[in-house]
Amino acid sequence: MDVKSLSKELLLDMYYKMVLIRRFEEKLVELYRIGKIPGIAHGYIGEEAVAVGVCSALRKDDYILSTHRGHGHSLAKGVDPKYLMAELMARKTGVCKGIGGSMHSTEPEVGVIFSSAIVAGSIPIAVGVALAFKMRREDRVVVSFFGDGATNRGTFHEALNLASLWKLPVVFVCENNFYAISTHISKSISAKEIVDRAIAYNMPGKVVDGNDVLAVYEVALEAVERARRGGGPTFIEARTYRWLDHGMYYLGKYRPDEEVLAWKQRCPIKLFKERLLREGVVTEQELEMVDVRVLQEIEEAVKFAEESEETDLEFAKQFVYVR
Amino acid sequence: MVVREITYAEAIREALREEMLRDERVFLLGEDIGLIGGVFKVTQGLYEEFGPERVRDTPISEEAIIGAAIGAAIAGMRPVAEIMYMDFLMCGADELINHLPKIRFMTGGKLKVPAVIRTQCAFYRYAAAQHSQCFPAFLMNTPGFYIEVPSTPYDAKGLLKSAIRDENPDIFIESAALYRVRGPVPTEEYLIPLGVADVKKEGKDVTVFAFSIMVHVALSAAKKLEVEGISVEVIDPRTLNPFDKKTLIESVKKTGRLVIIEPDHKTAGVGAEVAAIAVEEAYEYLKAPVIRLAAEDMPAPFSPKAYNAFLPNEEKLINTIKSLVKRSK
Ligand SMILES: Cc1ncc(C[n+]2csc(CCOP(=O)(O)OP(=O)(O)O)c2C)c(N)n1
Repeated sequence: MDVKSLSKELLLDMYYKMVLIRRFEEKLVELYRIGKIPGIAHGYIGEEAVAVGVCSALRKDDYILSTHRGHGHSLAKGVDPKYLMAELMARKTGVCKGIGGSMHSTEPEVGVIFSSAIVAGSIPIAVGVALAFKMRREDRVVVSFFGDGATNRGTFHEALNLASLWKLPVVFVCENNFYAISTHISKSISAKEIVDRAIAYNMPGKVVDGNDVLAVYEVALEAVERARRGGGPTFIEARTYRWLDHGMYYLGKYRPDEEVLAWKQRCPIKLFKERLLREGVVTEQELEMVDVRVLQEIEEAVKFAEESEETDLEFAKQFVYVR
Repeated sequence: MVVREITYAEAIREALREEMLRDERVFLLGEDIGLIGGVFKVTQGLYEEFGPERVRDTPISEEAIIGAAIGAAIAGMRPVAEIMYMDFLMCGADELINHLPKIRFMTGGKLKVPAVIRTQCAFYRYAAAQHSQCFPAFLMNTPGFYIEVPSTPYDAKGLLKSAIRDENPDIFIESAALYRVRGPVPTEEYLIPLGVADVKKEGKDVTVFAFSIMVHVALSAAKKLEVEGISVEVIDPRTLNPFDKKTLIESVKKTGRLVIIEPDHKTAGVGAEVAAIAVEEAYEYLKAPVIRLAAEDMPAPFSPKAYNAFLPNEEKLINTIKSLVKRSK
């Protein structure tokens, strides 16, 4: 994609979102280690270009559905980091009021309609959201994010079939980071390429370098426009890599060191930054200003979360039913 | 007999290993159980010892895992499938509920399904509503498979070995919070028959019925109450199906008081069944109403503060027992 064809505002926003996700996740790891964040949490470091590339192709009123590894999706779609941080710290001010925790980020006003911790659990739900849009003749689009491992669940296959059959405005974004916990795709996926699974459901399938935010943006834009025009679903396989372990614990060695290192050298933020500077569309100083702003925002988010009240049982009880 | 202290996880691993050595039809399948020995490290070392044929890492496909276990079992194998969290049993619910417990019956006894489905309830992990569930009552309400709910390393090992050898399907419910708890386990082989409760502590004033992690809560409460002159008997059913009514009833007849503590929801929980049995079969011995302590009737909240209040605990149990004894002196 030609960088010069994009507005500086958009490029800087992409950079900002990627750095925001990176620093947010680093803070998560730090706070988790000292026991300030409880439960289970999964980091998105290394995969930032996927969430940001895809969400940059969406309108604010388009919806995304996310997974257990969802902080990046939420931040890319515009969730305020302070509400997400408050959620991770189990506060009443959190995105889910301290009731959902890390894996259920939801903020419909900015288009994060739901996140499920059940692998592939949100894929059929995304199809239902797209159905609602279509039935109401709204030109809105849904993005369903999930991992490589999720494509092995029946719900994935049922959902893709239905979406294609009913020509629904949904884009399926598979974040192929090659591993589902410890299990490499070669040991779990019978198809030669994950993208081949789209063929079975008669929808276009695209493979993209998930560490190149502009490449992701380009394929996402095409898929989103197609969906918006009534052209039906698209399947995108974005190849990327997670730098951290599956969650916050070390689960043993299942990835070769050289592999991890090679991917770290292809850091999506570094690649984007170099490109922006090389093409001369932004200055070093402009990027530094973004870096500083992000650091401030993260500090404010932590402060906001720490000053918020912890969620207790009586408070949580009121949200079981609509009363 | 040589007895050592090993952890609950080690006890389960020993049971799997011994049964795999004893019977070559026994094999394991599940997510991440091989190469890294499971996310809770329960199957650690078995992949190295038995190889990828008998310790099979699977895709994230709960329905296919349970279904394949059924298929292998009706074709003469002895599969032990692992479902990482109890919550994910529901991802394979069709095979689990519509097939596993019904195949033998529907075929007029022509088939048997000697499969074991191991899973664990993630208590106190603060992993929110989709990673904290414990629903043995739902399974207890489904006739056709056995349900084990071990609370100690000794029970876990003996029950798992029996479950693997048993000709019926079994749902073996572990607790991640117990994996590192140590307890005495003999080096010599032993089996625990399915359907025999264990009196974890004898007492004469109150019977506390508890299973899985709640046994530990009950024992700790019993110890504290002993000092205050209240003698508590702790009954651990060890299996919820078959259900050992006899041990429960004998205890209730002796103490005249029954408190049930369980990690499942209160409404239509295991406690409801146990209370009904006590009332049906020992009504005239009861000196006080049967009391149930259980998780709140709501999904598990993430916030540790809320979650810790959501589950029953030792303090609630002690207070309940004290007031029960007082009002029925
Ligand atoms: C149905 C289900 N099975 C198992 C799990 C446990 N689990 C959580 S994340 C995960 C791996 C997911 O892999 P993938 O879809 O590739 O996403 P990634 O974690 O790599 O982002 C597993 C097995 C789960 N949450 N839900």
